[in-house]
Amino acid sequence: MKSIQTLLLIVCCLAATLAHAEKIVIAAAADLKFALDEIAAEFRKAHPDDTIEIVYGSSGKFFTQIQQDAPYDLYFSADIAFPEKLATAGFAASEVKPYAVGRIVLWSAQMDASKLTLKNLTDSSITRIAIANPKHAPYGKRAEEALRTTGIWAAVEPKLVYGENIAHTAQFVQTGNARIGIIALSLALNPELAGQGGHYLIPDTLHEPLAQGYIITKRAADNILAERFAAYVDSKPAREVMTRYGFTLPAKDK
Amino acid sequence: MILSTGDLQAVILTLELALVVTAILFVAGTPIAWWLARTKSRWKGPIGAVVALPLVLPPSVLGFYLLLAMGPNGPVGRLTKGLGVDPLPFTFEGLVLASVFYSLPFMVQPLQNAFEAIGDRPLEAAATLRASPLNAFFTVALPLALPGFLTAGVLTFAHTVGEFGVVLMIGGNIPGITRVASVQIYDHVEALEYGEAHSLAAVMLIFSFMVLLTVYAWRPGAKKA
Repeated sequence: MKSIQTLLLIVCCLAATLAHAEKIVIAAAADLKFALDEIAAEFRKAHPDDTIEIVYGSSGKFFTQIQQDAPYDLYFSADIAFPEKLATAGFAASEVKPYAVGRIVLWSAQMDASKLTLKNLTDSSITRIAIANPKHAPYGKRAEEALRTTGIWAAVEPKLVYGENIAHTAQFVQTGNARIGIIALSLALNPELAGQGGHYLIPDTLHEPLAQGYIITKRAADNILAERFAAYVDSKPAREVMTRYGFTLPAKDK
Repeated sequence: MILSTGDLQAVILTLELALVVTAILFVAGTPIAWWLARTKSRWKGPIGAVVALPLVLPPSVLGFYLLLAMGPNGPVGRLTKGLGVDPLPFTFEGLVLASVFYSLPFMVQPLQNAFEAIGDRPLEAAATLRASPLNAFFTVALPLALPGFLTAGVLTFAHTVGEFGVVLMIGGNIPGITRVASVQIYDHVEALEYGEAHSLAAVMLIFSFMVLLTVYAWRPGAKKA
């Protein structure tokens, strides 16, 4: 009898430790690549047993996938409108939380873009300009707005090439296939790209704000780790990382 | 009309691309297939493997290397730069070059099979009648391999129409230049325009089915079975 009790105790202990090690998969916009990687690495140090996987891609693609019950527990979109729509449609287990406001920059791997402005894009020496696809990539939409407000859209449109998301756009510029591009400040500040030439910060008066938001998805409603990670993203150390990568933080906690 | 002007433009561009690529591959693929079918060289294996690579490689691999190679620092890029031309990615010519690589096995393999099926005897017979090798190729081998040419042409054409990954990697999604039908469908889906995606996708589905039906009807021996 006693041995059975001991066995039960061991089983319970095992189950407890197993239940303790949680796992989440995060779908995140490509502009978060470096910032969120760093935040997740910090988080992992404090929670070595938990598994956090991050998939980076276009916000629009994840939006579609989550509607088809894709196995993502958290969704960090580059456009807060996507998680808002998901929440309305009943795919969220949390309210939509703004986590950052993104900025766009001119960046080139071949010349010092910090000495340029948008007006320089009409220069005939620039034949290819990479932007993210404005049709579904939030950064592309803002790039288009900035070019339209500057009044050079018609002049530069024939030179535009479209990346599938902001990382793909940066790749066009980094390989030199496009001399210059409009990418996320958060990517331009990453050491790998920052070493290749300066960037020009496009005034945010030229476009709508790039308000970004996240949700915990319906499938992660009971996932403690999803909640814990979300709380960590709102914490001071994580917010500092976001700031370092050029994100403006939502005003509420400031 | 169920297709928008943008969709129509993408379809026409796709057909143009497939036509140009098929034409180029008829010229470039035939000698390769002929050589592979007739040679006893020890290079037959390696060359055959290189030709077949696009069958197993993810298009993203090909797209990635082409993006690097065609860039200003890549070998192809330096060549185009020297000629004073823009980098090949984001151009129709770039797509053609990429598709030629991508669709190569779809031209070479059916042709090679057709040439191998002819065997040595008809060519030996032609040689005894004092036909030169070139003459024998055009008057004997070519007519005998005609069904193979039809299959190879149709498959190459259809496969180029269906190309997606490579265009996505190097195309830059430019309307009328690199935005082919498959990319246009992807765009519709990403922008949540499911109705538009459905129309264009249905057109592609019917087209692909018709193409395959044609190929199977043409296949030598199909009627006997």
